[in-house]
Amino acid sequence: MLINVPETVVADALRGIAIAHPELTVDVERRVIIRRGAPYEGKVGLVSGGGSGHEPLHGGFVGRGMLTAACPGEVFTSPVPDQMVRAAAAVDSGAGVLFIVKNYTGDVLNFDMAAELAEDEGVQVAKVLVNDDVAVTDSLYTAGRRGTGATLFVEKLAGAAADEGAPLDRVASIARQVNEASRSFGVALSACSTPAKGGPTFDLPDGELELGIGIHGEPGRERRAMMTSGEIADVAVDAVVEDLRPEAPVLLLVNGMGATPLLELYGFSAEVHRALTERKVSVARTLVGNYVTSLDMAGASVTICQADEELLRLWDAPVSTPALRWGC
Amino acid sequence: MNALPDAPVDASFLLRWLDTSATVLDREANRLTLLDSPIGDADHGTNMRRGFIAARTAVGQEPPDTPGGVLTAIGRHLISTVGGASGPLYGTLLRRAGKQLGDEPAVGAERLRDALRAGVDGVAQLGGAAAGDKTMLDALLPALDAMDTALAGGGSTTEVLDAAAKAAAEGAEATTPLRARKGRASYLGDRSIGHQDPGATSSALLVAALADTAREASA
Repeated sequence: MLINVPETVVADALRGIAIAHPELTVDVERRVIIRRGAPYEGKVGLVSGGGSGHEPLHGGFVGRGMLTAACPGEVFTSPVPDQMVRAAAAVDSGAGVLFIVKNYTGDVLNFDMAAELAEDEGVQVAKVLVNDDVAVTDSLYTAGRRGTGATLFVEKLAGAAADEGAPLDRVASIARQVNEASRSFGVALSACSTPAKGGPTFDLPDGELELGIGIHGEPGRERRAMMTSGEIADVAVDAVVEDLRPEAPVLLLVNGMGATPLLELYGFSAEVHRALTERKVSVARTLVGNYVTSLDMAGASVTICQADEELLRLWDAPVSTPALRWGC
Repeated sequence: MNALPDAPVDASFLLRWLDTSATVLDREANRLTLLDSPIGDADHGTNMRRGFIAARTAVGQEPPDTPGGVLTAIGRHLISTVGGASGPLYGTLLRRAGKQLGDEPAVGAERLRDALRAGVDGVAQLGGAAAGDKTMLDALLPALDAMDTALAGGGSTTEVLDAAAKAAAEGAEATTPLRARKGRASYLGDRSIGHQDPGATSSALLVAALADTAREASA
């Protein structure tokens, strides 16, 4: 691993982000990344966060038209409430703050505590939970569906609405609409290695793949012999389409887990496109790249979001962040 | 029955417990992280070690003078430093227990049991888990039951806490055949079966540290 010691991995990365992105204010000590110039008068602030190891999520999505602040936790560990409270205070213009929370026990507990504390300090807070992962089928006897690729859609589309000056309840309702209209499914070709463990978090032999993985190096629900890109695309597309049954064109994210080359990812995205077309799902926009990663895991996830005209307009709206940039 | 002389549970007792806990978690961090690898995200040991060492340093600088104050302060530091689910859950456990003790300068085993019961109720409420869900509660609930039994039998603080430690360790081991219904291990469904729960294991270590502290105090 290209690190100094496991204990300083997150702080070291934050120092690097600060140098590469002077348009962001990076508080390395307190672990908050804030869009320079915040708070923006009359605009809702968007705060997200989660464990590190998913870069560019979330810090790479701070900027115009997306997040106003991000709170990175330790690797695969949710941030602590102090970070979100600090971020909320820094970005609140008086128009309120939306917390975008991926549905994991730790993230939910820490953001809930933070929301209470921020409200005590006079910040109006709304929360949206992202839970798009269809691989978690049994929500009753689990912690519920995980938040994965749809986080990018929620942050982009709600961020565009906030940038246009929409009020807090409107920004929050768009965020919820996007989450409800999104589904994801992920596949791993290799496990990832956390700095703390120094080796793979689970054992996945060559020639096998893991279906229905999360983004924290946790294994999926089923292991199979290696399949072709086209076969994997069929499995992933079946999973998301059968669950969502979209009746309108979709936004498509074909997301790399961190160690899959773009050459393979683009090939996979062509297969995903083919599989969607065969199932009569039309694709309005396609984004391909490593956006919601799991350290050095090889593999990919497919996220679709059923989009009406309004969501398509918000998708095309200008965005300027380290990881996503167009229209500016 | 040759009951050992009872050591009062005061601020100093719980500061020594904190010291022992930080040492034990430092030593056992790798084992906890290994347990967390197949069914979690391989960080439980690192997070618990970071939190308890930070709490030992911070609380040690300005130690409160009541047992309730010590528990509340540790809980607050865990919430501020651990992250994940463990931070809020262990933080809530200790804060609730601390609040339940109020301003009393020293308590016996019965009051300690009541305080821990309030803390464990807080954990169950926050995490929404029940017995058998393969969580820290599967170590903590048997520990409380064992304390009830030992107290009813007139046991000393040391005996009561020894019984709690034994029950917590057995409870943690008994999570192995369970299917996880809460937390990250729950995503694995039946594949979570066959692994001991890391949260129940760290809970058992913390209860064992209580028993060790009592034994040293009465030695």
